[in-house]
Amino acid sequence: MSNVLIFCEHKDGAIKTSTLPAITFGREVAKHTGGEVYGVVVGSGLGDAGADAARYLSKVVVVENDGLGNYLAETYAPVLAKVAADLGVSTVAATATNLGKDLLPRAAALLEAGMVSDVIEVTGGKAFVRPTNAGNALGSVEVLTDVALATVRQTEFDPAAPLDAAGAVESAEAGDIDSLNAEFVQLNLSESTRPDLSEAKVVVSGGRGMKNAENFKVLEELTDLFGGALGATRAACDAGYVANDLQVGQTGKVVAPDLYIAVGISGAIQHLAGMKSSKVIVAINKDEEAPIFQVADFGLVSTWENAMPDLIAGVKKAKGA
Amino acid sequence: MNWVVNPFDEYAVEAALRMCEVVTGGKGKRFGEVVVLSIGPKKDATKEIRSCLAMGADRAIHVVAEDAALDSFVVANIVKKIYEEEQPDLLLMGKQTVDGDSNQAAQMVAGYLGLPQACFAATLESFPDKKELVVGREVDGGMEVKKVQLPAVVSVDLRVVAPTAVKNNQSEEGYEYGDGPRYASLKGIMKAKKKKIDVKELGDLGVSTDLRVKHTTFAPPPERGGGIIVKSVDELLDKLQNEAKVL
Ligand SMILES: Cc1cc2nc3c(=O)[nH]c(=O)nc-3n(C[C@H](O)[C@H](O)[C@H](O)COP(=O)(O)OP(=O)(O)OC[C@H]3O[C@@H](n4cnc5c(N)ncnc54)[C@H](O)[C@@H]3O)c2cc1C
Repeated sequence: MSNVLIFCEHKDGAIKTSTLPAITFGREVAKHTGGEVYGVVVGSGLGDAGADAARYLSKVVVVENDGLGNYLAETYAPVLAKVAADLGVSTVAATATNLGKDLLPRAAALLEAGMVSDVIEVTGGKAFVRPTNAGNALGSVEVLTDVALATVRQTEFDPAAPLDAAGAVESAEAGDIDSLNAEFVQLNLSESTRPDLSEAKVVVSGGRGMKNAENFKVLEELTDLFGGALGATRAACDAGYVANDLQVGQTGKVVAPDLYIAVGISGAIQHLAGMKSSKVIVAINKDEEAPIFQVADFGLVSTWENAMPDLIAGVKKAKGA
Repeated sequence: MNWVVNPFDEYAVEAALRMCEVVTGGKGKRFGEVVVLSIGPKKDATKEIRSCLAMGADRAIHVVAEDAALDSFVVANIVKKIYEEEQPDLLLMGKQTVDGDSNQAAQMVAGYLGLPQACFAATLESFPDKKELVVGREVDGGMEVKKVQLPAVVSVDLRVVAPTAVKNNQSEEGYEYGDGPRYASLKGIMKAKKKKIDVKELGDLGVSTDLRVKHTTFAPPPERGGGIIVKSVDELLDKLQNEAKVL
């Protein structure tokens, strides 16, 4: 039997919505292998996170231990590897969040297993498609080891729906916890009441053409009219206009909202790699030669100074705000 | 201190150099040793290695291997082997290659070596009297601060080359580097010609070269249907409402 194990991220006693696409991935793999999809929830003070995960999975292993309160790759990778080995699964996957990207390769090393990053399509039990070269090529890959590890691109798989009947919840021991003297010091979260970039239905992004941090307020206003998320290019992040974690692109977040509005963004391939799967792309740029227009469904050649006031007024009107 | 090929790796070299120099009165004085490790075909890699040496790295190790013979595991195995030979205090790597985009090798090396890891590092702080490193990691929704004891494996993110991203608590207070990796000076380029590159054949290292992941085919991504240029904000609003139905 070739079962699949999904690493479930959690918060406040529930699994994160970012994990749901990985569960869908697991179900697609299981269709090829004929196995079941299991989950593992790791941490301390987990509350009902295990039971919540079991709404989507036929079995959930909960590893709860005070020594696992803060995520550390050093302590989590051995736990994940142990649960995978004990369950004898043939696939271990997680969403390609920063945590997933940090954790899975380390676990793959411990399991002596092959790993594929950023899977966008399942073509077999151990055969996947993933983008390479900033999204300019799609590579078909096959994992040759008995166990395959994968991180899953969140935007390419639908969030999983709950099962008709919830699965079993079991607990397991963490084993020896050794942080290797690595220490979690603190987490400085950027304050935001907006949805996660990777999950937002609408993303409004600004580039260097916005010129300064103050001008981003105009984009924030538009963002909030849509209840969307704010994004930016590397150039805008580097220049300090917005926080670094808003960077969209090859080396930032990958987004695929229903609507992506790019303002003052040239459209470098590294940026396009993070947004060109968006359903509808709007670009506002004063330079008609800007490459962003090649991927835009609707392009407007204008300065944002000229376009934004009318656009905001029009969206307000349409939304009845 | 070591490193493995690609643009992010130039950032890793820059970070390594910033950690290993005391800047006073705007002038840097190097200490420690920065060793560059490059894995790749003979021709491509030699040029890249020379440019890292010209930036200021002290010597290099070149493991000659064709790209097709490499996956993250083989790379991780090679790095592990060289680590064991060199025993550096810190292994600095780029967070991903910009062609493979896998973002795996550093984490795997750390796993194989049983070393602590700090991936996606945007800031690094080291101390003259302590074998530890405080790393600011770019994570979902913000910045995580993690402390690791050396030896450790660090993968660097873009922002590690920002003016004050690397601090070694030895340079003058508040010193700001230029944004981005340094350019090699003419003197640096001349010096680099004399620096040692230790060339090793992959086959001689005695590491496993079995691929664990096989690329079967590459295809171009689906093209986006051509868009249109609208003449006014009103036309844009109309399209969004009535054609795309996203408003
Ligand atoms: C290793 C590596 C990784 C990278 N990863 C990423 C990544 O993940 N994400 C990313 O975004 N980039 C990334 N980059 C950077 C990328 O190559 C580009 O430099 C960057 O995307 C450019 O950002 P930009 O479009 O804001 O700036 P620019 O290219 O400078 O474009 C600014 C645009 O604004 C327009 N403009 C100016 N004024 C106005 C105005 N008043 N009104 C309207 N338009 C105006 C201009 O016409 C221009 O097109 C990476 C680069 C490297 C080397």
